[in-house]
Amino acid sequence: MAENLDQPFKESAMNNEEKRKINREQRTQVIAFAFMIGITILAFLAVGAEGVPGTFTTPFILLLAFVQLLLQLYYFMHLKDKDHGWPNSFMISGLVLAAPMIVALIMLLGVVKY
Amino acid sequence: MVSEATNTRKKSVLWDWLTTVDHKKIAILYLIAGTLFFVKAGLMAVLFRIQLIAPEMEFISGQTFNELVTMHGTIMLFLAATPLIFAFANFAIPLQIGARDVAFPFVNALGFWLFLSGGILLSISWFFGGAPDAGWTSYVPLASREFGGLGIDFYVLGLQISGFGTLISGINFIVTIINMRAPGMTMMRLPLFCWTMLVTSMLIVFAFTPLAAGLALLMLDRIFDAQFFIPGEGGNVVLWQHIFWIFGHPEVYILVMPAFGIISEVVPAFSKKRLFGYTSMVFAVLIIGFLSFMVWLHHMFTVGVGPIANSVFAIATMTIAVPTGIKIFNWLFTMWGGKIKFTTAMHFGASFVPTFVLGGVTGVMLAMAPVDHLYHDTYFVVAHFHYIIVGGIVLGLLAGLFYWYPKMFGHKLNETLGIIFFWIFYIGFHLTFFVQHILGLIGMPRRVYTYLEGQGMDTMNFISSVGAFLMSVAIIILVINIIYSALKAERITEKDPWDARTLEWATSTPVAEYNFAQTPQVRSLDPVFYEKIHGNGEMKPAEPLDEIHMPNGSILPFIMGVGMFIAGFGFISFHMDLFISPYVIIAIGGITFFGAMAARSLQNDHGYHIDKETVESMEKELS
Ligand code: HEM
Ligand SMILES: [Cu+2]
Repeated sequence: MAENLDQPFKESAMNNEEKRKINREQRTQVIAFAFMIGITILAFLAVGAEGVPGTFTTPFILLLAFVQLLLQLYYFMHLKDKDHGWPNSFMISGLVLAAPMIVALIMLLGVVKY
Repeated sequence: MVSEATNTRKKSVLWDWLTTVDHKKIAILYLIAGTLFFVKAGLMAVLFRIQLIAPEMEFISGQTFNELVTMHGTIMLFLAATPLIFAFANFAIPLQIGARDVAFPFVNALGFWLFLSGGILLSISWFFGGAPDAGWTSYVPLASREFGGLGIDFYVLGLQISGFGTLISGINFIVTIINMRAPGMTMMRLPLFCWTMLVTSMLIVFAFTPLAAGLALLMLDRIFDAQFFIPGEGGNVVLWQHIFWIFGHPEVYILVMPAFGIISEVVPAFSKKRLFGYTSMVFAVLIIGFLSFMVWLHHMFTVGVGPIANSVFAIATMTIAVPTGIKIFNWLFTMWGGKIKFTTAMHFGASFVPTFVLGGVTGVMLAMAPVDHLYHDTYFVVAHFHYIIVGGIVLGLLAGLFYWYPKMFGHKLNETLGIIFFWIFYIGFHLTFFVQHILGLIGMPRRVYTYLEGQGMDTMNFISSVGAFLMSVAIIILVINIIYSALKAERITEKDPWDARTLEWATSTPVAEYNFAQTPQVRSLDPVFYEKIHGNGEMKPAEPLDEIHMPNGSILPFIMGVGMFIAGFGFISFHMDLFISPYVIIAIGGITFFGAMAARSLQNDHGYHIDKETVESMEKELS
């Protein structure tokens, strides 16, 4: 009952199949994490290294940021998993609404500062 | 069981209401608070209508007039219409989808207390040098520190806090509708009120965030000397208008969609027919929700953004008429050939349709960008949005009030008084706002506190004010009706006093704290009606009778509301001469708020159980 919820479980309640799944999940998490650190280093390099022109750096790190965002959402926040249809559709509808709004705003205000 | 004690311990009534997390009680809290704000803002309207009853009146000053108009609009939209919608949503959604409560009962209570503390913060501005006076849209530079008084700080902080409450309640409704549906309640069997509330909540999530951002920028400008909206220092005033209307236009749909939902429940119930074109209704709601984000510029045609932008947004605006037309015809076809019972709720439901159409027609007129230069900032606009807001939203809410009242309070409202109320309100409404169309066309600007004699405006302004008095009389009759019915009306215990169709009518009256002793099995759209025809009239249970897990009440949401109030006041006090430093006030508020939040995180509250025997005996008592 409810008051037992605080006690730790004595043994794992998972069966072998579930354990295998968890292990696989752990592996993808670690790989994704290493990859993300890799992109971050790339971003630092692009900014820091001499000889890389600014016109290349800006779109390049924006692209990396986008990849970073997808990894974050889909791998770390589990959007890639089953039963995430609703969160996914909300995320996407947010994008579908926000993107034209931002484009319209930039065009209407005529202010492009970065 | 130890936890049982929390259930049976007697609580005082006040403590019970301050700590409740039960969606039905929170609904009643919203209903009461929303009604009080509604009456308050209505009285303000009566005051400025007295000022406008005759030319060159000197009933109130121009400054007071501005404050009254600003507060009237702000309160009606944020503190009256929104909470009244949340009242019905809180009450009806869990019942209509066969759930025991909303997904996050604690957050639900927090939403209410944040809304209320923001509302009270806005209201006390009168005692600190005057209410906000830059219009409910608070356009800069009128609302900047240079030109706008302290009242606008109250506007910014008050709306920010109550906006947070609205935002978290919206998220709560989304999760509830998606995750808490009873077995068999597929998305395409969802009652239309739930569908409209789902879309409304999505609009809240996507529209209140820009509002929060805009208010934050305005706060930085006003309190911390930033310059986002100060042209002389590189800021941009039009940016505020964009942000405001990116929020503001969806906001009007946030208000009207639930009214659509209520009408789509009331009209079939009293026409004895299923809703015509259910699927097209659902898609119409979704399309309207999407389009409402792409039309904000129609409030800014006269800003001068250029012919291309104006045309694009004018056309986008007009396309909204298509899904709206679908809805209108579906309501008409639902009534067509139905066995209509003209209860008070149905009076409001049926009259909603033509008045809303009138508002829609003037809306399309206003959407014609070149002609809008003629209409803009005249009474024509005022007439337009009041046909939508009063002739649509308020009529819808009143239909909902009369429809759900027996479930909420265990007795009906008096029907005779109800119908008298309806007619006086309806006539008063048309008197007030119909002539304003013409006033606008002959050139009376809005937001001016008086006008000269002999310009053809005297009679129509007089009629308009008389209409406003009539509406007040009607509201007094409604209050009398509520008191009279509370004292005299017969208590009902029947589940389904209207012979209605959806799941909320399958619960006992009054509704038990756990709503459904056993989660019902839904077999069709309009499940209660389906069981009347194909079953024995009772919902089939989807689970065996067992003990029920309920959340404990908590005082923490209330404390968090108080904390936010104090912190908000602290931010405003930067420009007040108080004996105490604003930083101290903000710190007190912040510690209260985050302390309560920490207490909530550290506390191990698993709720309590109602055991099987108690459920059985409660069920016997209720039936
Ligand atoms: C009870 C009867 C009502 C009366 C007599 C009334 C009267 C008025 C009038 C005369 C104005 C125009 C002031 C001006 O621009 O010169 C106005 C503005 C407004 N009203 Fe109402 N109203 C009523 C109900 C409502 C309701 C129920 C709502 C919303 C739920 C509402 C929302 C607004 C808004 C948003 C404005 C705009 C304020 C502004 O632009 O500054 N009104 N009202
Ligand atoms: Cu609009």
